[in-house]
Amino acid sequence: MELTGIVLHPGMARAPLLVLDEPLSFWGGFDPGTGRIIDRHHPQRGSEIAGQVLAMPGSRGSAGTPAGVAEAIRRGCGPAAILLGARDVNVAIGAMVAARLYGLIVPVVTVETCLESLPPDGIAEIAEDGRITIT
Amino acid sequence: MELSPADREMLAGERGEALQFAMELVVGAARILGAPRLIDAGFAHIDACHYFGRAHLDFARFFTERGARFAIPAWTNTVPVTLIGPDPREGEDPEGQAEARELTGLYAALGARPVWTCAPYQLPGGPGLGDQIIVGESNAVAYYNSVIGARTNKYGDFLDVACAMTARVPEAGLHCDEGRRAQIRFDLSEIPEEMRRTELFCHLLGYLMGRIAGTRIPAITGLPGDTPADSLKAIAAAGAASGGIALFHAVGVTPEAPDMASATGGVDPAEIVTMTREMLDQARAALSPAGEGPVSMVALGTPHFSLTELERLAGLIAGRRVADGVTLYVSTSRFVAELARQKGWLDQIEAAGGTILVDTCTYFAPPVRAAKGRVMTNSAKWAYYAPGMLPIEVAFGSLEECVESAVRGSVARSTSWN
Repeated sequence: MELTGIVLHPGMARAPLLVLDEPLSFWGGFDPGTGRIIDRHHPQRGSEIAGQVLAMPGSRGSAGTPAGVAEAIRRGCGPAAILLGARDVNVAIGAMVAARLYGLIVPVVTVETCLESLPPDGIAEIAEDGRITIT
Repeated sequence: MELSPADREMLAGERGEALQFAMELVVGAARILGAPRLIDAGFAHIDACHYFGRAHLDFARFFTERGARFAIPAWTNTVPVTLIGPDPREGEDPEGQAEARELTGLYAALGARPVWTCAPYQLPGGPGLGDQIIVGESNAVAYYNSVIGARTNKYGDFLDVACAMTARVPEAGLHCDEGRRAQIRFDLSEIPEEMRRTELFCHLLGYLMGRIAGTRIPAITGLPGDTPADSLKAIAAAGAASGGIALFHAVGVTPEAPDMASATGGVDPAEIVTMTREMLDQARAALSPAGEGPVSMVALGTPHFSLTELERLAGLIAGRRVADGVTLYVSTSRFVAELARQKGWLDQIEAAGGTILVDTCTYFAPPVRAAKGRVMTNSAKWAYYAPGMLPIEVAFGSLEECVESAVRGSVARSTSWN
């Protein structure tokens, strides 16, 4: 499966795909020290996002979102890449700050497709120009 | 995107690394938002001072190490610790607390005004109607946009700092006239007027609007013209928490809505929600899952209590005594606390057994994290968030009910809407 996304923060990644059914709160709903979803209302509570290509509709809630994203990346518990169903400034800013402060690149790409149509157990490869290949 | 000569200089690094990084973030956000250009902003309320992890410290140090200063007045949001005197409960996560304190010092070094409050609009000298500003704290975003008529999008951490360093924001969303028009109408005409005049009603209205409108912009018809600031704060805070309301218009009340046409730009919203007594009762029950029974804590001051709220609380509690085993917390800003101290109100609240917390928030402060059992609050925002953050059950009620419950030691319900 091939898709072309809109690049919010460029980079390359190749990792297993994890598709979330609902938006994630990176501040409060997620533990940046373990990479696990801890939001008791989230259907995928307990899932580990570290090292995965995280596909989700968007982020939820607080102004602290960029800090949650950057902190998770700093601690090595962030996703390998983030695919978003809609443009999300907060997630992109978190990735930009982690890149500048720590030199750790986590690409953020918006995909204009239904996230549910992505194969749940696929391996996703993200290219610098936003091309996404899922096998 | 159209960039000014000064924007380009910053982006090219001609004004130093700090402003270059700041402008990269501002331009990055502007591209994502599809903004045609950047515009000037004149005031900021910074959320990035609220410690969450070392990335917050490293980000602030990037700027302090390069001698950067905010280009515009930048006030600070609450932090996870109280900065005046020792925390009532020391010893929990000392490293995190030390780093949280260190972060506040870094923002002071960057030239921020250290107000440490989530209700900066209660302090004098803030922005006014039509001013372009930068705010991240969700209740303050909604209050400034709606009640003051200043213009801000909901800024996340780091971008708030970057915009305040450069004094520039992407021209998008709520910064623009066309982004501020009402998209859904809430009609209050079926609710009795004496009920519409209560603060409790305003908490429930905000909660319901957030649940129904999501992130859309509501226009409210039927809110009394003299609705006080504390009630408007309740609408803003609850609506921002339960949905994502960043702006509401109350026709005949808020400055951009002298009439319906001004609120909507002349195009009536397709969806009209008529509030009913039943909806209010359901909302009240949804915010009070704990039901009746003993109370271990009463949490007031989310968002920070105003001077008038402290006056009302002092009047209700003076000469009485919080029951044994119950903790009454009241959070406010150090500025408002100082004024209330001069009036004698804080002494009355403390004499009754209440504890005043400044600089922080009742669901972050270390003492409150030890809370268990049933907690009563007069804040729909607190009732909505706290059960997800603390191992407690929550009961929501009016300020009068909260005081009565604190004194009795169990949930006290009034039969009237006071």
